Amino acid sequence: MAPIGRLVPGADRILLTDFQRYRAKMSTMTKQEIAEANRRRYEGLRAAGQGTAPKALPAATVLDGARIMPDAVIESETVPPGWYHTVRLRRGEALRIVDASGRSSVSMIGWCEMDMSERLNCADTAKIQWSAALSKGRVILTDMGRVFLSLIEDTSGAHDLLMGGSTPASVLAAHGEPSRNTHDNFLAAASKLGLGLRDIPPCVTFFAPVSLDAEGRFGWNGARKKAGDFVDLRAEMDLVLVLSNCAHPLDPARPAANGPVTVVRHRAPRPAADDPCRTMSPEIARAFEFTDRLHA
Amino acid sequence: MPEQKVLAPDPADAVHSHDVPAERPWSRLLKRGQTLRIVDIEGQQAVDALLYCAENPAERYSAQDTLRVQGSAYVGLGTRLISNKGRVMARITADSCGRHDTSAGCCSCESNAVRFGAATRYQHACRENFLLELSRYGLGKRDIVANLNFFMNVPIDPSGDFTVVDGISAPGNHVDVTAEMDVIFVLSNCPQINNPCNGFNPTPVRVHVWDLPAAVRVRCGPTSG
Repeated sequence: MAPIGRLVPGADRILLTDFQRYRAKMSTMTKQEIAEANRRRYEGLRAAGQGTAPKALPAATVLDGARIMPDAVIESETVPPGWYHTVRLRRGEALRIVDASGRSSVSMIGWCEMDMSERLNCADTAKIQWSAALSKGRVILTDMGRVFLSLIEDTSGAHDLLMGGSTPASVLAAHGEPSRNTHDNFLAAASKLGLGLRDIPPCVTFFAPVSLDAEGRFGWNGARKKAGDFVDLRAEMDLVLVLSNCAHPLDPARPAANGPVTVVRHRAPRPAADDPCRTMSPEIARAFEFTDRLHA
Repeated sequence: MPEQKVLAPDPADAVHSHDVPAERPWSRLLKRGQTLRIVDIEGQQAVDALLYCAENPAERYSAQDTLRVQGSAYVGLGTRLISNKGRVMARITADSCGRHDTSAGCCSCESNAVRFGAATRYQHACRENFLLELSRYGLGKRDIVANLNFFMNVPIDPSGDFTVVDGISAPGNHVDVTAEMDVIFVLSNCPQINNPCNGFNPTPVRVHVWDLPAAVRVRCGPTSG
């Protein structure tokens, strides 16, 4: 479907009819009835979002699984500990991030190339999927209700959406001296794109097993990290990513023990009709519908 | 901990008081040392908030830095609100509610359409409020970061389950935020009707600004240490 405004004839009329039907229904209901109907819908979505949807998620990728065919590789880069890497992906390409040593964490931010004010959004990613736990079959959303990246392969399932990366103050406190850190990496990488501090959203950190207890206190579950862990992120729009290979602030290794990480840009297989990411939930199906409109 | 008594400041001493109607935004320059009180007049009303350093608005509230420094996932009494440059912008100096969120972001027409169906795209949302209010300061969409959600209850289960549930704030509950630098403080009285953050019924909230920290505390009873 085309985006609203640049229309397939009739697409707006269908939406308006839908809207008018909704308004007409609402106008015959009392305020109390509307509130009750909205609560029923919410509880129904919650039951599905925290019941059937997560149960249907695919199992984690095995460490020696999902080999990339050599002719699918577009480019490859090794990012040393403490450093960052900027990569552009076209829609349909994927990025594999490999933590060969099992000691690294990789923080990531990113923007939609067509409109850099649209960016990865951790809050909507958690809220819309009813979960702060990313794993194979989940997606990362933008702030505009569209799908940014799909986790098409993931050996780990231990990633952080809540706490973010290291900063000048956090590394000084942890190591007793200034060192490279994710905040400065993001700022340098954003600046090279003509962006700045205003454009750095909260980040996702891969291979960062942050745990949460019943009181909400953060912890580090290091046993969930494995040498060779990797994720494959399929781009659902043309986008720009920045990856920072710095120890997560909760990683107890002092000094930081992270090793190099490998990032491989490759051509992902075309999503099948039953693609686990595209069919994860009614919410995510809608997010894909809105994303596909950009590319129709 | 010694028992503490909170001396309620008098609204008559406030330098600014305002009732923010349901679904509307509010903003004000909060000078260093001033305290903003937000009162949830009818209870169960989420109030979304953003803070910007008045001197350089590129420095702004950072949810992830706030949680990292605190070491835990919820906002409450004593929470230091940290900027994206690692500085303390403000502190929660009083809280009769006990639970506030900073991980769930704000509602938008776009995310509503994804979460609740295409028809809800045409409902007012916090992001609309933020855009219009921020425009008064020359700020825009790039400047909307992960916000605070006062009076919003979003438990995060150890399994990762992330749920907006019924608010625990009772009618009249309040939270006080004392500025540690001059900040532009922007609120959106949340218009969401599709989840329990406003009890499915958005209501007005009241704000007061005092020149001195409102939570003037005196020790009474036994003290320790």
